[in-house]
Amino acid sequence: MKTKYMNPYLAGFFLGLVLLAAIFVTGRGLGASGAIKSIVVATVDGVASTHAEQSSFYGSYVGVGKDNPLKTWLVFEIAGVLIGGFLSGLISGRLKFVSEGGPRISPHRRWLFAAIGGALFSIGAQFARGCTSGAALTGMAVLSTAGFITMMAIFGSGYVIAYFFRKLWI
Amino acid sequence: MGPFVPELISDQLNLIVALFIGVAFGFVLEQAGFSSPRRLAGVFYGYDFTVLRVFFTAAVTAMSGILLLAYFGYLDIQSIYVNPTWLMPAIVGGIIMGFGFIIGGYCPGTSVCAAAIGKIDAMFFVGGGLLGVFAFGEFYPFYHIFYESTALGAIKVFDSLGISQGLFAFMLVVVAVGAFTITTIIEKRVNKSFAPSLEFKPIKHKIAGAGITMLGVMFIFMPSRQAHLTEKVQSASYGASHSVKIMSPDELAYRIIDKENSVQVVDMRLPEQFAALALPGSVNVQVKNLFGKELTPILSDRRVVKVVVGQSDKESQTAALLLQELGYENIAMLQGGLENFQKTILIPKSQATGSRWDADVNTFRANASMVISQMIANAKNEQPKVAKQEKKIQGGC
Repeated sequence: MKTKYMNPYLAGFFLGLVLLAAIFVTGRGLGASGAIKSIVVATVDGVASTHAEQSSFYGSYVGVGKDNPLKTWLVFEIAGVLIGGFLSGLISGRLKFVSEGGPRISPHRRWLFAAIGGALFSIGAQFARGCTSGAALTGMAVLSTAGFITMMAIFGSGYVIAYFFRKLWI
Repeated sequence: MGPFVPELISDQLNLIVALFIGVAFGFVLEQAGFSSPRRLAGVFYGYDFTVLRVFFTAAVTAMSGILLLAYFGYLDIQSIYVNPTWLMPAIVGGIIMGFGFIIGGYCPGTSVCAAAIGKIDAMFFVGGGLLGVFAFGEFYPFYHIFYESTALGAIKVFDSLGISQGLFAFMLVVVAVGAFTITTIIEKRVNKSFAPSLEFKPIKHKIAGAGITMLGVMFIFMPSRQAHLTEKVQSASYGASHSVKIMSPDELAYRIIDKENSVQVVDMRLPEQFAALALPGSVNVQVKNLFGKELTPILSDRRVVKVVVGQSDKESQTAALLLQELGYENIAMLQGGLENFQKTILIPKSQATGSRWDADVNTFRANASMVISQMIANAKNEQPKVAKQEKKIQGGC
């Protein structure tokens, strides 16, 4: 099945306009990993609030006088991404429960690797203070040094290791 | 002038804005094909460079928009959030994310988007992401020193490279167009039958590439808004058609002694000079800070005359003209700068011009000298006012 996607340059232009609108209106760019962090912080706080408040990592986000960690900009933005992605899939007829991977990988292995990849990506995003959207894309748009370094590190390491993981994709 | 947070858009409304921006973000990501991990991974194997095209186009579009909006004064570039740099954590984090990208086939934003249309592997990626943050949080004490190391602040890439903003913007555009060209050639070699780039008409893309490169060239010659406006108000023709109200030292002294609240002294001298001697009730302002929103509360009350005080008349005049050019009203400059004020008021010498008012003037100045010197001394002894906590824009992940 071949589905038609938007011309990548046009899509990039629109993505740039969305990012520009975010910066122009709210003074900050797009992000994703921050929302995932907020969800974890809120969960840990809900399950074991003493542990969260004493932790040097969660402690800075929870406690007396702090808003609910879910009431943050990126959580709302990511909720929007879910809605927007769904609408786009609906319009283009791509709503389907399916897994996607290289031709030589079984679905269960694909799930396992997706979960491992997700965990690694999140850990990396904590160190870099953001992922491809928050650190690399937004950082580049505002000409932050960190944005360019993070972008080069992500893609640089990807190219170096791609060969060793080729069975996952080709 | 943007951004509209925090003045025009409250924290609550900002969350609603975030939701709408997210909808647009998710929609574009999905339309671009970022919900497909095979497409995303293709950039590393050469069979599909969609990610690179979208990513670079978006970065160049947003950067160009920011630079142009700032140049025309629609966006206060000082107020927007610039991701601070922690050098080593950024590199190590980026490398780990590269592993995550190849192994998982998504990045966090695209995984959420793909999960929204039912991609089961994307849901596993999101789940793994949650566990990853949890693991990071639990073991945080082991690497928190590294996590906080090499903090360089919110530095800009062109400063790090020691080149101008415009030159860097041009270079980024050239690198983007070059990368588009080269990757398209690679893609067609790796993927002879169904490379995504086969859908493009080459001629259209050559024209677009040339157009974007031209835009980049423009950035080299685009000065900063400050340089552009300063040059404008200093030009001879501008000076001929625009003037600034002049306030004499005597009038200013009178109004200061009277503790009039319709006067605001804006001291444009260097902070060291200001620390050594400051007129009562004055604020110290540097030229570079005039262009943002930071000083708007002080400068925008029309009923208050803003008296610009420089070291010299030329300095005062440039600053006053800049303020008028930026749309502020009721601006005046102190005649002869602070030096003249010192000579006439603070350390007055009796003078006789032969006018019958000489005696009155001398009496007033002697008086003013005492009162204002006392006011200055009192202000120095006062506890320095605690600077108002700026409501900074929060950002980052």
